[in-house]
Amino acid sequence: MTDDMDSIFREELRDLLESLEKGLMDLRVRPGDGPLVDQVFRDLHTVKGSGAMFGFADLAAFIHDFETAFDRVRSGLAPVTPELIRLALAARDEIPGLVEGRTDPDGRRDAILAALRAATADPVAAGTDPAGAGTLESMVSGADRPAPGAQVLSFRLNGAALALGARPEILLRELRDLGAQDIRAHLDGLPDLSDLDVDACHVRWTATLPAAVTPAQVEEVFLFADADWSVAAPAATQASQAAPEAAGQPQPPALAALGSDPAAGTAPSAQGAAATVRVPAERLDALMDSVGELVTVEARLTELARQSRDPAMMATAEQVTRLAARLREATMTMRMVPMRSLVARFRRLIHGLSDSLGKPVSFVVLGEETELDKTVIEKLADPLVHVLRNAIDHGMETPAERLAAGKTAEGRIELSAAHAGGEVLVRVRDDGRGMNATRIRAKAVERGLIAADATLTEAQVLALVFEPGFSTTDTVTELSGRGVGMDVVKRTIEGLRGKIDIESAPGSGTTVTLRLPLTLAIIEGLLIEVAGERYTLPLSTVQEIMKLPDDRAAASRTRDFLEVRGHMVPFLRLRTLFHCDGEPGAEQNVVVLQSGDERLGVVVDHIIGTNQTVIKQMSMLHSDARCISGATILGDGSVALIIDVAHLMAADRRGPAREAA
Amino acid sequence: MTTRPPETSLTLVTFSIGPQVLAISASLLREIIEPLPQTRVPGAGPFAPSVLNVRGAVVPLADLRIPLGIEDAGPPDRRPDARRFLVIEVEVGSERTLAAIIADAVHEVTALDAGTILPLPATSPWPADFLLGICHGKDGFVLLPDLAAIFTTMSQHSVAA
Repeated sequence: MTDDMDSIFREELRDLLESLEKGLMDLRVRPGDGPLVDQVFRDLHTVKGSGAMFGFADLAAFIHDFETAFDRVRSGLAPVTPELIRLALAARDEIPGLVEGRTDPDGRRDAILAALRAATADPVAAGTDPAGAGTLESMVSGADRPAPGAQVLSFRLNGAALALGARPEILLRELRDLGAQDIRAHLDGLPDLSDLDVDACHVRWTATLPAAVTPAQVEEVFLFADADWSVAAPAATQASQAAPEAAGQPQPPALAALGSDPAAGTAPSAQGAAATVRVPAERLDALMDSVGELVTVEARLTELARQSRDPAMMATAEQVTRLAARLREATMTMRMVPMRSLVARFRRLIHGLSDSLGKPVSFVVLGEETELDKTVIEKLADPLVHVLRNAIDHGMETPAERLAAGKTAEGRIELSAAHAGGEVLVRVRDDGRGMNATRIRAKAVERGLIAADATLTEAQVLALVFEPGFSTTDTVTELSGRGVGMDVVKRTIEGLRGKIDIESAPGSGTTVTLRLPLTLAIIEGLLIEVAGERYTLPLSTVQEIMKLPDDRAAASRTRDFLEVRGHMVPFLRLRTLFHCDGEPGAEQNVVVLQSGDERLGVVVDHIIGTNQTVIKQMSMLHSDARCISGATILGDGSVALIIDVAHLMAADRRGPAREAA
Repeated sequence: MTTRPPETSLTLVTFSIGPQVLAISASLLREIIEPLPQTRVPGAGPFAPSVLNVRGAVVPLADLRIPLGIEDAGPPDRRPDARRFLVIEVEVGSERTLAAIIADAVHEVTALDAGTILPLPATSPWPADFLLGICHGKDGFVLLPDLAAIFTTMSQHSVAA
């Protein structure tokens, strides 16, 4: 239970810190954005609340001061300045350490808090604009105006609050922090021992609160506790206060709802997302595995039903097929995570690099709601960090250079994500100095990657930066290119069955495009047959299917082309590529595949049909079979290999001579 | 016969490839299956030319003749239906993976005192890197292949190729 709670807290904390970081970075760009300030404040508040609830007293105390600073910003008493954002980010970075229980021997935390206090010091007191600030204050905090005179708070914990993890001592400590005095426990509600429910809290407390304490502050204390509470103002002040906290009344309805909402105690961030359930990732993985098996068994069942020719059996099999497809769809949707979860990290990275390199950069994110399989997202983080770092480190000029080139001093880096067919395109575009194809070529020749007289298109030259051994740090900077470890980026993306493209125009910037599959687990496949062997092509890459014209039926020695709707498309014969025995039949088909901007026809014997393809990884022993990306089990129990279209195209480019492996 | 094996004993499974008897630790063995339909992997080397469906898992089928250099067919009176696949769990590099190996016949499960395993004689025709040692069996020498070494080397070899 405790471990469970602990991991829930940590998981939530991670999300909150990410949200906090994003909020702060956004705030830096839009300092006047009121809802954004509220968001930051809310995040801080939630961290404090759950921290206190799970017993992280140091954390709660630290955030409390942090929060106070933003409370002043929220109330319009302090402006959002770059300095404040910097301090707030530094404070945010202290939070993980506080949770881990790391000590702070250098007094860094206190220094940050002191600086935060100073940064949000009262401009009214400093005499800058007393009138303006004053009206603002009255506007913002009018509803929270404190009642004069002491007030009496009375509260008790409801139902099984103790069993749900409520900690009265923490509540009392927080009340004490508010200045509560004369705290008394009332035992009048205590039942006889025989009727005692150990999970219930039978004690009622009363305390005297200073006049300055607002209902909102009290509400904060009880935000995560299932408690009934009320504040009674002394009768003398009632007349002057039409406020909802009038004496003898229970708390206002809005507060009552908050205070007694049992969900608030277990899921502090649940407001606005009440219908969300957190599930450990490995349970989703297990579910996906089972769905994968189900799809395989379903294929087998359909096959058997077809053979049996029993109508009832076939109808049932059809139903199972439908259900399996629906289940698969639902499971895949569950695994989808928006790009947003990655982006916060990147904002921080760009911000830091931009500062330390002295290259001001505006970072624009488009399509952060685009969803990808969580496995893909996790593996995408490192390559993207690499690409972004290269973009700002090597791609971006200094402000002086930019001005000289007639550009704005501030560079622009755009990260976009969008769905395109069965793929997701993630793009990093900068408006920096671009890559110099001539110099890349020279470097590649020098490194022995290409022959001096090799004929390469510009795209092929740019793609050389992905070759292992192309670059080292010094050559790249000097090359005005990028390429630090780009081979690693490429490998990672290919490991995700994705593809990476690079385009660049000298002087106006570089665009790196990552093409990623939506999911790694199940794809729609087109089952084909070549020389009695069956293979699956990812259906998302299949453009069209046509008959192979008779005049092309015989294998030729050179690269074959075929006219497809007015365009010449190269094609290759899987029989030749895969070294199949025997001769093709009279009729052969061409499947036209597309990957990126490239098209390729493949000649096959038969088209069998589409199928749900549960992807199984090939073992290390077959990592040399480069045209195969995985395997799948068919309805009859046999294994069909999945063809890697990107590698097929690469094999075609290398020419028929080296086709095989 | 029924005496308890000493502490240092190994439980081995013996099988034949061609004329040669080999033994592997029973702890590596998942199951012994009758030959299943195979799917050829284009571009794969001769060590693991195909894959199989073993209870829903796609498993490479490996031929130990290649790394061990066994060429002879074996006794002519051996029945072809004695052929089996041994499904083993093996470390390839740092990863544990399932693989099947071809055996022309599977013999028995036997306990062996670890002390009776001999190092490979210097003059042996076998690749020493791929063997843990040899021991005496009923009908001559029994080879103990080092499956982890064989699979790791063969997978690296195939990457380089």
